[in-house]
Amino acid sequence: MMRFSYSRPQTVAQAAASLVADPSAQIIAGGTNLVDLMKYDVTRPGTVIDINGLDLRDIRVDGEGTLQLGALATNADTAYHPEVQSGWPLLSSAMLAAASPQLRNAATNGGNILQRTRCYYFYDPSTPCNKRRPGSGCGALHGVNRIHAILGESANCIAVHPSDMAVALAALDAVVTVEGPAGERQIPFDDFHRLPGDRPDLDNTMERGEIVTAISVPANGFGSHHTYLKLRDRQSYAFALVSVAAAIRLEGETIAELRVALGGVAHKPWRRKDVEAEFIGRPANRPTFEAFAQALMEGATGHGHNDFKLDLAPRAIVRALEQAHAGTPQNQAVKVVF
Amino acid sequence: MPEAAAPRAGTHTISLTIDGAQRSVTIDPWTTLLDLLRGPLGKTGTKKGCDHGQCGACTVLIDGKRINSCLTLAVLKDGAEITTIEGLATGDDLHPMQEAFIEHDAFQCGYCTPGQICSAVGLVNEGHAHSRHEIRELMSGNICRCGAYTNIVDAVQSVLGENQKAPTP
Ligand SMILES: Cc1cc2nc3c(=O)[nH]c(=O)nc-3n(C[C@H](O)[C@H](O)[C@H](O)COP(=O)(O)OP(=O)(O)OC[C@H]3O[C@@H](n4cnc5c(N)ncnc54)[C@H](O)[C@@H]3O)c2cc1C
Ligand code: SF4
Ligand code: FES
Ligand code: FES
Repeated sequence: MMRFSYSRPQTVAQAAASLVADPSAQIIAGGTNLVDLMKYDVTRPGTVIDINGLDLRDIRVDGEGTLQLGALATNADTAYHPEVQSGWPLLSSAMLAAASPQLRNAATNGGNILQRTRCYYFYDPSTPCNKRRPGSGCGALHGVNRIHAILGESANCIAVHPSDMAVALAALDAVVTVEGPAGERQIPFDDFHRLPGDRPDLDNTMERGEIVTAISVPANGFGSHHTYLKLRDRQSYAFALVSVAAAIRLEGETIAELRVALGGVAHKPWRRKDVEAEFIGRPANRPTFEAFAQALMEGATGHGHNDFKLDLAPRAIVRALEQAHAGTPQNQAVKVVF
Repeated sequence: MPEAAAPRAGTHTISLTIDGAQRSVTIDPWTTLLDLLRGPLGKTGTKKGCDHGQCGACTVLIDGKRINSCLTLAVLKDGAEITTIEGLATGDDLHPMQEAFIEHDAFQCGYCTPGQICSAVGLVNEGHAHSRHEIRELMSGNICRCGAYTNIVDAVQSVLGENQKAPTP
């Protein structure tokens, strides 16, 4: 690991000021992603700013019924929180599908949605990667790209966002609160992560100096008809090849509301509100779910090794919608797929 | 006692409670908790497998909860209470989880074992495993190259069973 200096600010304003003052500075929260990347020499901060002294660990439901998650609350404390388990079970389930108990005990909510891609070339400084070194090319495009994107990618980068939590947050219309030198602002989840376009070095729409302070998730009616289905190379402790966060609100056997976000297929959780809107009022059955899956996959392309995702993703969507419809969410410990 | 040399610039002095003993150490900020334990503190019971959060060999308990010591910086843990495999026994009396691993023959080469046992103790403390499926899932952060998994689950289940009558499977 390269050498760096270390600071531990006591306020968000101090942390933001340190980020602005030193362009090479980076925040550390749980460290489970940053320390890993520093060991591989993928990232080389001159200063590591430890935000663990900030008071951002709260998990609570506010007066409007909105779930308020502190950026420094751990993934484990969040996923097992009784209010989260009862009111936002889709979020809890997605978080418990991620990483391992050890990692979830250390990982924070802010760090989770800001974790970097697991693209092999991004991780290997001896290879080209536009995300790690802008302008150097994309090693994955014509390389080994089994885990890479099929939707929303560009010729500059075909990486996927690895977070499971983010997929559930996208489906649940979460909002990210960030605070920086210009004050506080709220970013709707769909606008938080970006597609690679010609700036794959930018994962999200935060400005330099901004810090995630909280994530809020509105009250919703998806207590029973939801699922988080995660498909991967082994059944536990592995990143998603394809994952689906699905939630349905039914009126009788008719779809009154539909939310589907995909993980493992794009540079950000993949959701199409326009497609969801077209399916309101349709019967909640397999033909509808198949038509929805086809519509959501519009524009999908493979790059060779990841062509299998073109079949896997629509099937996973249909399966997830059937689970959600039947009220049999995927159990993350019993790996039977209903 | 000889006077301690003044700390080098850029180093940080932190204090930790490790296996019940209060320790104050001066470290570089890039020292991982694992390297601090195995190096300056001589706690080589905690193992380094992958050094990247992928195997669980380095699992220790912080305030009763398990983490991978390879993916945290020691400087972040100033003031923490850390238990390693070396702190589980009381004198010559092994921890019930250590006894259970012996009883159930839950290891072969033993390299993953300190991490497995610390993880299993964390699993019991954290209180989320109630079935064999849940034990398997919540022990998934510990890889065993020898494939001792079945006996590891038996060992964990025997201790959990004593604590809370875990149903089978
Ligand atoms: C072996 C392994 C398997 C894993 N499997 C999965 C998986 O299956 N699914 C999954 O979703 N994740 C998985 N993870 C990733 C894990 O969830 C993340 O590493 C973790 O959530 C990151 O949180 P952290 O607090 O440790 O972040 P850190 O490492 O501290 O930070 C991550 C990034 O976010 C920045 N940052 C952190 N907090 C803030 C903030 N509040 N404001 C601004 N910037 C901030 C840091 O500068 C850094 O760039 C896995 C990790 C490992 C090592
Ligand atoms: S896919 Fe993106 S992250 Fe991976 S090598 Fe190409 S540019 Fe880098
Ligand atoms: S050495 Fe820490 S997880 Fe492998
Ligand atoms: S006993 Fe050999 S690695 Fe587990």
